[in-house]
Amino acid sequence: MTTTQKQGQKPSSGITLPPAQAINGGEAVAYAMRQIDPEVVAAYPITPQTFIIEKFSEYVADGLVNTEYINVESEHAAMSACVGATAAGGRAQTATSGPGLALMYEMLWVASGMRLPIVMHLCSRSFSAPLNILCDHSDVMGMRESSWPMLIGSSPQEAYDQAVAMPTIAENKSVLLPVANVLDGFTVTHSVERVEVLPDEVVKEFAGEYEPDIWALQPGSTATFGTLDANDFYFEHKRQQVEAMKNSLEVVRTQLNAVGEITGRPMNLVEEYLMDDAEIALVVLGSSEGMVRAAIDQARADGIKVGMVRIRLFRPFPVADVRKALEGIGAVGVLDRAIAFGTPGNGLLQDLATSTRTMPDRPLLMDFVYGLGGRATPKQLFRQAVDEVLNMNETRVEPDEPAYLGLK
Amino acid sequence: MPEQQSSERPLWQQIQPGGIGVNPGSTERVQTGDWRTEVPVIDFERCTHCMICWVDCPDASFEVANAKLIAVDLKHCKGCGICAQVCPVKCIEMVPDSAENRETTDVNSGNGASSESAR
Repeated sequence: MTTTQKQGQKPSSGITLPPAQAINGGEAVAYAMRQIDPEVVAAYPITPQTFIIEKFSEYVADGLVNTEYINVESEHAAMSACVGATAAGGRAQTATSGPGLALMYEMLWVASGMRLPIVMHLCSRSFSAPLNILCDHSDVMGMRESSWPMLIGSSPQEAYDQAVAMPTIAENKSVLLPVANVLDGFTVTHSVERVEVLPDEVVKEFAGEYEPDIWALQPGSTATFGTLDANDFYFEHKRQQVEAMKNSLEVVRTQLNAVGEITGRPMNLVEEYLMDDAEIALVVLGSSEGMVRAAIDQARADGIKVGMVRIRLFRPFPVADVRKALEGIGAVGVLDRAIAFGTPGNGLLQDLATSTRTMPDRPLLMDFVYGLGGRATPKQLFRQAVDEVLNMNETRVEPDEPAYLGLK
Repeated sequence: MPEQQSSERPLWQQIQPGGIGVNPGSTERVQTGDWRTEVPVIDFERCTHCMICWVDCPDASFEVANAKLIAVDLKHCKGCGICAQVCPVKCIEMVPDSAENRETTDVNSGNGASSESAR
């Protein structure tokens, strides 16, 4: 996490900040939701997302927002309510985790297929069984092909900063897709950190109003939402979504830059750490960044030229940015926090392999599975991974199978 | 979805995103009654034109002209039989779907009122 201002100092944009908050990632997201004040929030409680909707329903009960809060009976209903609210012309948000996301899976595709700019905060959690409520990226990987732009933050501060940017990404006329703000369960949702928040009016001005071209409750409107396509135009509508996903990449970049300019905390699609002179690298998603950085620092002290690439924009996968970051790198360790059972490579490895396959001197890739079901991965394990990647860089032999960090 | 042209179909760049129907009444152009197994046959001698079938038909298939029930639109009738159930004088009978039986009822068949005048 990069923090460039101390309390009371002015950020580069010259605005006076409210006092920094000591809050966890869930409350940081709820804080941004209060400032954005969406017309509808529909959610069902599930650990570790609970902080977001508990805090937000307090705001509703205290009259601090104008939001219609819908207590739904399931996550399928939560996303359905968001679909209806957005089609009707309102701005809608929800939040969920692991199994909740699985239950709303059908509606994820309905939301993106109907091109409704819903914002969802996804607190990443493993899938049961056996029962597990802790963090991994099984749910993140589970929705990666559903035509939702997905941003993965690494701290409560980033969860807040991204939450501010989210509606403007989704509602951009060249995008019009639902978007997911991913924060790692417990490590981000439940970690109390210093979070610098923006003044309410700054967020409100940045978020603006949702102004759809066509909406169901438009006076005089004859629009029909959720029509039948069958074999007539389904194929063509999916092709349009490909274009919308492509368009979203530069929109995400622009909007993250815009928020970064206000806060003084720059956000990139791909974050690099000590990559300038690096010969090998680790690639990671989300909050494990902190521990990986510590391992990189230790390896650097041991004389190994290693860097880290953290991918913030997971969908659409920022191929050009990733290739640029990995140019001249000999070997890469890919850190996967979910297993893609039966596939030739886990999720992030697949993305890296596909992205780098046409590079003239593509880096060799090695997959590390770590942290499943909330398993803590200490610095030493990432440090060991650096050694294995270093070894691969010398032998030039890519392993077929992933390594399992911290497996008993 | 824009109006479909019979010879020239719109390309993917030209259609309304999200499948939002911006022109009302598009279902009228879609044949929804092609998997029916029974058709309603109306005995117009006994029909009182109470319009209960017209109200209850889920597919708006009953054709009315000058406050009189005149025919069934079999392009859209799915043969559910609700009309026969609700008819207070029991003048609607569900019979197996066949070309002959369709002739007696269908607004599109050319019998009775033509589809143009029915609308």
